[in-house]
Amino acid sequence: MPPHPEWTAAMFPDEVWEHVFSFLPSDADRNVAAASCHAWLRIERRSRRRVFVGNCYAVAPAVAVARFPEARAVEVKGKPHFADFDLVPGDWGGGADEWVAAMAEGWPQLEELRFKRMVVSDDCLEVIARSFRNFRVLGLAFCEGFSTAGLAAVAANCRNLRVLDLQENVIEDNCSHWLSHFPESFTSLVHLNIACLPGEVNVPVLERLVSRCTNLKTLKLNHAVPLEKLVILLRKAPQLVDLGTGRFSGEHHLDLYSKLESAFTGYKSLKSLSGTWEAVPAYLPAVYSVCEGLTSLNLSYATTQNPELIKLVSRCKSLQRLWVMDFIEDDGLAAVASSCKLLQELRVFPSDPYGPQPVSLTERGLVAISAGCPMLHSVLYFCNQMTNAALIAIALNRPNLTRFRLCIIEPQTPDYLTLQPLDAGFSAIVESCKDLRRLSVSGLLTDRVFKSIGAYADRLEMLSVAFAGDSDAGLHYILSGCKSLRKLEIRDCPFGDKPLLANAAKLETMRSLWMSSCSLTLGACKLLARKMPRLNVEIIDERRGASWDSRPDDCPVEKLYVYRTVAGPRSDTPSCVWTV
Amino acid sequence: MEEGFTRITEGCPQLLELMGGGGNSFRAAEEKKLELKLGLPGGENWLQAKGRKEGLSIDSTLSLGYSSKVAKSNGSKPCAGAKRVFLGAVEPNTEAIQKQQSLERKACGPPVAHAAAAGNAAGSNNSSQTRTASTPVVGWPPIRSFRKNIASTSKPSSESQNGVAETATKLKNDKKGLFVKINMDGIPIGRKVDLKAYNSYEKLSLTVDELFRGLIAAQMDPLAAGSQKNSLDKQAITGLLDGSGEYTLVYEDDEGDRMLVGDVPWDMFVSTAKRLRVLKSSDLSASSLRTVSRKRTATQC
Repeated sequence: MPPHPEWTAAMFPDEVWEHVFSFLPSDADRNVAAASCHAWLRIERRSRRRVFVGNCYAVAPAVAVARFPEARAVEVKGKPHFADFDLVPGDWGGGADEWVAAMAEGWPQLEELRFKRMVVSDDCLEVIARSFRNFRVLGLAFCEGFSTAGLAAVAANCRNLRVLDLQENVIEDNCSHWLSHFPESFTSLVHLNIACLPGEVNVPVLERLVSRCTNLKTLKLNHAVPLEKLVILLRKAPQLVDLGTGRFSGEHHLDLYSKLESAFTGYKSLKSLSGTWEAVPAYLPAVYSVCEGLTSLNLSYATTQNPELIKLVSRCKSLQRLWVMDFIEDDGLAAVASSCKLLQELRVFPSDPYGPQPVSLTERGLVAISAGCPMLHSVLYFCNQMTNAALIAIALNRPNLTRFRLCIIEPQTPDYLTLQPLDAGFSAIVESCKDLRRLSVSGLLTDRVFKSIGAYADRLEMLSVAFAGDSDAGLHYILSGCKSLRKLEIRDCPFGDKPLLANAAKLETMRSLWMSSCSLTLGACKLLARKMPRLNVEIIDERRGASWDSRPDDCPVEKLYVYRTVAGPRSDTPSCVWTV
Repeated sequence: MEEGFTRITEGCPQLLELMGGGGNSFRAAEEKKLELKLGLPGGENWLQAKGRKEGLSIDSTLSLGYSSKVAKSNGSKPCAGAKRVFLGAVEPNTEAIQKQQSLERKACGPPVAHAAAAGNAAGSNNSSQTRTASTPVVGWPPIRSFRKNIASTSKPSSESQNGVAETATKLKNDKKGLFVKINMDGIPIGRKVDLKAYNSYEKLSLTVDELFRGLIAAQMDPLAAGSQKNSLDKQAITGLLDGSGEYTLVYEDDEGDRMLVGDVPWDMFVSTAKRLRVLKSSDLSASSLRTVSRKRTATQC
């Protein structure tokens, strides 16, 4: 750092510094630069084009918009991650209205907007559609609250839209002709993901849209589009790089298979394939011609089993990302380990977690992958059994892991060979994988594993814990260690008030903390809130009973969500949330 | 060697017993434990542990060469557990067996009855003993609703026509409101009611009355002005549920059958009712209710 930053800053015109700042790779770096002197603060904030808001309640929308007046791209996230698993009441919050209003007011030049886990109304979509002249990218992931009528407004008004990415939202279908609202003159679409749309899709309209958008690279269809229609669409867009099929079945025609096969044969640029709901095994070989070039394959909705599944996957020699269901089994994963040497990310989802037909997917599959795929760094794995030995092997094979999420389906399952807790295994993971950024633990675990995590997981940013630990010490190890921790989510663990209060300051260095079904009391939450004014301490109580003001201090708190904020307590808390 | 092999096949009926149900199977298992047995030391405990944890694999020295390829199908054979014999042992077997023996003595809960629920903590945590595979915990395992519905609706053998995304949306929509159409005989325009907004048949009946009273009045005398219309308005629609009124409330269930409203508990009604209809009681006959064809329903609507 120069000794007199103000003086140095004045040496060059602002545009020079702006250009310098454009090389700073992350917001964190830009934040540091901005904090060094007033001149740099002024220059940096005026030149920041991409704004990321990890928690929509951490800052008031108007404040964020005013701080970065030249923003062109913004991403805002809302609900806590555990909302995905129904742990957060539906009316908790995360509404996008205030954000959209502030953006419409202060960022007329906005080009890109992404919302994740927020409640986005049709009104929001209409405001978005009309407010930004150069609007190009709309991404809604895991959101809800809007309908196809809102999408119609976007289609009709966003003349330069390039990306419409709807990822796993809950959308009401009340305007089935929304696609027709894209004017005939509209040709700019590059990315269209409508995989989560619940209703029918007007295929002829989609066909025309696809035909005139010659730069279309990504097309992800929804379940309503059967194979016969897919064939038609494929012929219109042979330049696709990323394809999400509709359901991979259809009315049986004699030549459907051959049409499908020839359609795929034309696909020279295809890199990513997904969709494939209810994949009928007989049709799968039709995609063999593209397998060689695929870098991403998402079969996690396909109920295909082995051997067809293995046959398909082992042809994909260039695969970097693979999402499958546990139908792949250990045998399949062994085949992947020997065929897919470039694999970086693996996700294996459970087909029927509590069903009567167990699938032969065990720790062996994961060990095989860890041994055979040198570039593997991201894992999400659901299985029924695990051993410390396997985890240790994985840790030693793959010290380059950055994301490791293991879910042993039955809570508190020990090492099935030794019947010991899985402390040793997960400890090995954190000790060996120095760049680990995300970790989810499961199985039988004592406080010991948290001691290791606290001590070794220096780069860990997100930790998910369920049904683990013995005592307060477990939580204390985490909060007093884990230097880089940003998000911590805990459920059903015997963690109480003491470690929370002892590590109150830590919470301000993190984005958020979720604790549910632990051993917290109202008194501790009150103390925490009093001690840390820049935290919002939210108690979530779905029974919506007597006011929390009148309850005794030893009243147990079932769900707690704590997050740092400069905006103070929020004004839109529903009846189930009490900000302490 | 052979004795050991026989032991494995003996294990299967034991597993069947254990899968049969809680208390009895535990007693049977206890009795087995006390029985004198020939064979390898610790052999009986291996079977106990096997019965307790479907999916428990033992290292190869104890497998006695029993092939794991036998039960390849995913059928719910109790001996499917044998399939998971772990080749390439990592742990020395005696240690594993001794640990199992000591843990079994500590075990206090009933063995896991379900084939899929691999490995409950053996006695080390009481809370896990009470949880069986068939009663999943809220939000666990951590998979989104979209995926949960794939598992149950899109089994390869099933011929479910329901879209996966559709079912997922239905599940989410269930939380928000359940709007079903309601039509009335003689009234061409229907209404919609949110079944979730009510908690009893009484309330539903009152709502139906409110919804259609005005429409009936307008229908009967569209040209009526002022006071005359008001007096007609006062005619409430009553007796919808007990057959005593001019009209009766019926519904179409998820199998397409037309049913009288009021027979089943309210919650069950809400989950199966797809649309409602207010019929003239005089049009009903006991036999016609359940045999009304879908075609006839379509023309009436």
